[in-house]
Amino acid sequence: MREFRYRRAADVADALALLEAEPEARPLGGGTNLVDLMKTGIERPALLVDLRDLPLDRITPTADGGLRVGATVTNSDLAAHPQVRLHFPALAQAVLAGASGQLRNMATVGGNLLQRTRCGYFTGAAAPCNKRLPGSGCAALTGEHHNHAVLGASPHCVAVHPSDMAVALAAFDAVVTYETPGGPGELPLAEFYLPVGSTPQLETALPPGALITGVVLPPAPVAAVSRYRKVRERASYAFAIGSLAAALDVRDGIVREVRLAFGAVASRPWRARQAERALTGQHADAVAFAAAADAELAAARPLPHNGYKLPLLRDLVVGVLTELAEEAAR
Amino acid sequence: MTASTSGVITLHVNGEPHTLTVDHRTTLLDALRERLGLTGTKKGCDQGQCGACTVLLDGRRAVACLQLAVAAEDRAITTIEGVADGGRLHPVQQAFIELDGYQCGYCTPGQICSALGVLDEHAAGWPSAVTADVRPEAGPPALTDDEIRERMSGNLCRCGAYTAIVRAVAQAAKVVSA
Ligand SMILES: Cc1cc2nc3c(=O)[nH]c(=O)nc-3n(C[C@H](O)[C@H](O)[C@H](O)COP(=O)(O)OP(=O)(O)OC[C@H]3O[C@@H](n4cnc5c(N)ncnc54)[C@H](O)[C@@H]3O)c2cc1C
Ligand code: SF4
Ligand code: FES
Ligand code: FES
Repeated sequence: MREFRYRRAADVADALALLEAEPEARPLGGGTNLVDLMKTGIERPALLVDLRDLPLDRITPTADGGLRVGATVTNSDLAAHPQVRLHFPALAQAVLAGASGQLRNMATVGGNLLQRTRCGYFTGAAAPCNKRLPGSGCAALTGEHHNHAVLGASPHCVAVHPSDMAVALAAFDAVVTYETPGGPGELPLAEFYLPVGSTPQLETALPPGALITGVVLPPAPVAAVSRYRKVRERASYAFAIGSLAAALDVRDGIVREVRLAFGAVASRPWRARQAERALTGQHADAVAFAAAADAELAAARPLPHNGYKLPLLRDLVVGVLTELAEEAAR
Repeated sequence: MTASTSGVITLHVNGEPHTLTVDHRTTLLDALRERLGLTGTKKGCDQGQCGACTVLLDGRRAVACLQLAVAAEDRAITTIEGVADGGRLHPVQQAFIELDGYQCGYCTPGQICSALGVLDEHAAGWPSAVTADVRPEAGPPALTDDEIRERMSGNLCRCGAYTAIVRAVAQAAKVVSA
């Protein structure tokens, strides 16, 4: 591990000043991804700016009936919060489906959004990897890629974003807020993660030196009937091989509104807008649910070893929406 | 710049302050084991994947291998050495002994610290990934075996003592809430 300096920021202005003065500085949230990657030399910051004392650890209602979640709120506190569980149950479920109790107690909302991919060639440091070493190639294309992307990938990188939380945030149109030395800014989650293109090393649209201050969830009545389901290779404590955040509003058997986002299929949480469009106004039944999934998956380009994800996602959509339709009817 | 890549810190472990100079790269796990001689906390993977290094930070369970020691200053750290009340074992420790919640014992300190966290989190009404309805009006979930398995899933046991670990946590939960 590279030697590094450590400072605990007193407030947001202090954190921004520290980050601005040292281009090789990194904010430290819970450290559960950053420290891990520093041990293997994938991350080599010269300075860690610890965010623990920042007043960003609260969840507060917004004037319009949404929720503002501070960047240093722990994953545990997010999932346990009564307003989150009541108004956005799929978000609480998504967070609870991630990592372990210990890790969720440490991990923060900001760090969760910015966690790096678990592609073994990225974390392994020996193989070619365009994300780790731009221009070196992508070992996953011809190697181990059973858990890589089927949507939105490029020949330069086929890695998936590992966050469960971000999938639910994508379904609920969350907005990421940040501060820079030049002033505040915000990015809808749909624009937060950059398309892969030929620059997989550039993952987000955050300006350099920006500090995430939180995430705003706009009011979304449809989210009251929502669910997150995660498929993994063991029952618990593993990353997703496919997941779905879904919300459904059905009246008289007709889909009034639907939200769908896939996890573990792309370099970012994948909002399934084609499927949403296909389903809105249709009868809420398994045939329509499957057709909606197919509308989204028509654009999928599976690799030799991850084609299983397509039927998996289709089954997730049909299964979860069927349950939500029953719940909505109650 | 070498000087500023290390520093003097005070760690509050099991109620006692310990002042030491650490290289900032030192994890809490290494500080506890190598510097303070508290070897009850175990190193399994050193990557946050096994739970052997579980301790309590300000009363909440955390993995010490991904926690930098310098960032643990001003926090109340409880290790397995601080779990018993003097000579009296904690009900969780007692249950692990009575129900054989271990074989080699390597994962046990982490299992016990994690179980302490589980009991507190459950008492606070936190749902888990297997809780059928997470909405507050559904009320706190009962601590069933499935709930215990899910909540303890961050602690691996290479000996496979899981069946007895679940029993021990269930028994301890009864004792603690009685
Ligand atoms: C064994 C294991 C299993 C896991 N399983 C899952 C899983 O199943 N599902 C899942 O979703 N996740 C999983 N995770 C990942 C975990 O969710 C992330 O490590 C965690 O959310 C990161 O949060 P953190 O606060 O610890 O981030 P850190 O490690 O502190 O930071 C991560 C990155 O974010 C930056 N950063 C942090 N906060 C800010 C901020 N406010 N502004 C700007 N930059 C910031 C840091 O500089 C760093 O680059 C797992 C992790 C481990 C170790
Ligand atoms: S998929 Fe992306 S992260 Fe993995 S080896 Fe290829 S370029 Fe690197
Ligand atoms: S040693 Fe910390 S989780 Fe394995
Ligand atoms: S008792 Fe041996 S690893 Fe758990």
